[in-house]
Amino acid sequence: MDTTDLNKPIEKFLSLFGQKILRFFKGTGSLALLCKSIILSIPMAVKRRHLVVEQMVFMGVNSLPLVIFTSVFTGAVSAVQAAYQFQGYVPLRYLGTAVGKAVVIELGPVLTALVVAGRVGAAVAAELGTMKVTEQIDALETMALDPVEFLVMPRYLAGLVMLPILTIFSDFVAILGGLAVSVWFVNITSYTFLNGLKAFFELQDLFAGLLKACIFGSIIAIIGCYQGFITEGGAEGVGSSTTKAVVLSSVLILVSDYMIAHLLFG
Amino acid sequence: MIELINLHKSFGKKKVLDGASLTINKGETLTIIGRSGVGKSVMLKHIIRLLEPDSGDVLIDGQNVLAFSRKELMAFRRRFGMLFQGAALFDSMTVDENVGLSLREHTEIPEPEIREIVSKKLRSVGLKDVEHLKPAELSGGMKKRVGLARAIAMNPEYILYDEPTTGLDPIMADAINELIIRMREELNVTSICVTHDMVSAYKISDRIAMIYEGKIIFTGSPDEVKSTDNPIVQQFIQGKAEGPIKAV
Repeated sequence: MDTTDLNKPIEKFLSLFGQKILRFFKGTGSLALLCKSIILSIPMAVKRRHLVVEQMVFMGVNSLPLVIFTSVFTGAVSAVQAAYQFQGYVPLRYLGTAVGKAVVIELGPVLTALVVAGRVGAAVAAELGTMKVTEQIDALETMALDPVEFLVMPRYLAGLVMLPILTIFSDFVAILGGLAVSVWFVNITSYTFLNGLKAFFELQDLFAGLLKACIFGSIIAIIGCYQGFITEGGAEGVGSSTTKAVVLSSVLILVSDYMIAHLLFG
Repeated sequence: MIELINLHKSFGKKKVLDGASLTINKGETLTIIGRSGVGKSVMLKHIIRLLEPDSGDVLIDGQNVLAFSRKELMAFRRRFGMLFQGAALFDSMTVDENVGLSLREHTEIPEPEIREIVSKKLRSVGLKDVEHLKPAELSGGMKKRVGLARAIAMNPEYILYDEPTTGLDPIMADAINELIIRMREELNVTSICVTHDMVSAYKISDRIAMIYEGKIIFTGSPDEVKSTDNPIVQQFIQGKAEGPIKAV
């Protein structure tokens, strides 16, 4: 029997497995180097403030309508679901507490981040990916301008600052949505809802939510920029980078959400 | 003087440069010719360290470019201007912002003076009243001209041209050739051009180098290129499918 025939599928599997492992470590290393470059370029934020403000408008202000729309229904559905689960077990005066806690700690920051990852992460990866394949990033390098300082750092700072601000809007609007549903369909008064909300409100819950938002904003910006920077192969490559940016950002948002929850509340 | 010494570069399993060596003298215009995908642009990008070789050296006036720190590299790059194949203009900026970017970033020149320099550079490439336009509003030829104006904005010592006439009609291609010749005459720059357009290569070059299978296989004046008995060079310059270079 020819042993090489038997070995071929195993060799092929090991080769593919090895390539995947190498690609993973290469990607992780490149991402770490990008993070280092971003941190080193932060002192240039004052000089590049017009770019930072431009990105803040794009990431924050322009995302606001979508975030508000999503948040109204997030609050509304959390009130309906909580009222259903309370039936026969928990007095409805705690409905405001349940909606408030769920929105401020979890739903506000996570759903805002996922919405922004879809809208902004994709746009960042597509814009930088197009710049990469049309040699605009090479042109910046040739002109002795640092692409990280010019393109990545403003987006990173915008994500870091605007995600918490969007989350505050989201929390507020979601609670209003929950309040509206509670008053109109669950038949409790707004006084009862707001009393329940206030009774167990803790400032540290709000800070935990905002801390999450800062981390999610950083993830969206860094992953979007990274995927843009490693784009290769024209329009197809740009499309692929855009998809990867959204998928990877969303996965990292959910994983880091668990890790932060474990650290703060576990 | 630019010296590329024994450059090796692979992308994955594909070996692009395999011991390529080339010297470019001060003040001359040297054109690198060869088939598409043989590594002409890769070689050009090594000069300014947009790419780093797997092995080999790149020397500019005796200094090893690969040994530069990031800060030294940035200072070194200010001595260069580069015209990219697709012009690589920044989509989000106007023509004025594109051409004046280096001036605004690297010099303390007052804004009115920068605007004047930008207009002057645009006029020198045959464009006027386009400062307010975005790249999307320009034709292919105009983009190349703006790209060239941007490349010469800082009065560089060296200009790198990556396929300057590709995708242009013959008249516009000749206008770009004339501009390249004028840049050398007026600014006394050292120019390195990558092309497979032989009309352009003969017109603009002091010397022509041909790259084949990762190596420079021939260097000479345009007349020497025309009269060489090297079958590979002859097949390429005559554009024949039959010969030592396989078409597919």
